[in-house]
Amino acid sequence: MSTIKLSAEIFDPWQELADFQAQAVDMAGKYGATGVFVGSMRDFNEGDEVRGMYLEHYPGMTEKQLQRIVEQAQSQWQLLDVLLIHRIGQVWPNDTLVLVAVWSAHRGDAFDASRFIMENLKSQAPFWKRETLESGQTRWVEKNSDGYLKQP
Amino acid sequence: MSIKVLYFASLKDRVGRSYDELTIDAPLTVLEVWHRANPHMDMPGTVLASINMEYVGLDAEVSDGDDVAFFPPVTGG
Repeated sequence: MSTIKLSAEIFDPWQELADFQAQAVDMAGKYGATGVFVGSMRDFNEGDEVRGMYLEHYPGMTEKQLQRIVEQAQSQWQLLDVLLIHRIGQVWPNDTLVLVAVWSAHRGDAFDASRFIMENLKSQAPFWKRETLESGQTRWVEKNSDGYLKQP
Repeated sequence: MSIKVLYFASLKDRVGRSYDELTIDAPLTVLEVWHRANPHMDMPGTVLASINMEYVGLDAEVSDGDDVAFFPPVTGG
């Protein structure tokens, strides 16, 4: 089970989670762990103030790659359900950019699978960020920061 | 053979187009498609490529009707 959405509108990740869980009646009582990652837009990057950002994507390929990443996670871990929402189009500081939520019986699957989905999304899903700085100048973000800072 | 070549993000800005329609008379690799579409511009070393929305290497062969896309490293999330 999985739900993958691209959203051109602002969304509240916590409301999305509450609504999703309220509807997932078959899962109630079955999950012991929910792994959640929420990515939000900062008002700074690379030492500059950022006023806004445009999220370009490749319609069709983006959905296809996200689906593949979620399927890979489902094949590697025991997951009851997955919810993935990513913004597209114009976004503003403090907007939620991405929500990844994974439900499983035990925490190991939820932790590992949500991390896997997020890191693979970062490196494989065709999205590109174009920032508008305080000066009005625009620039493309060239690379992501590292997701793993320390090995346990 | 007819193929469509798409460009995204900063690469779209650099080539100055969002897509090309190419007519070719023999099979080409992805790299050859780039050179055919952009004869005066070397392909930036970081470029990623896809055929019909699947990632491919630059030596992959392009077939009639394929959509080939070129784009910079992805930065979502």
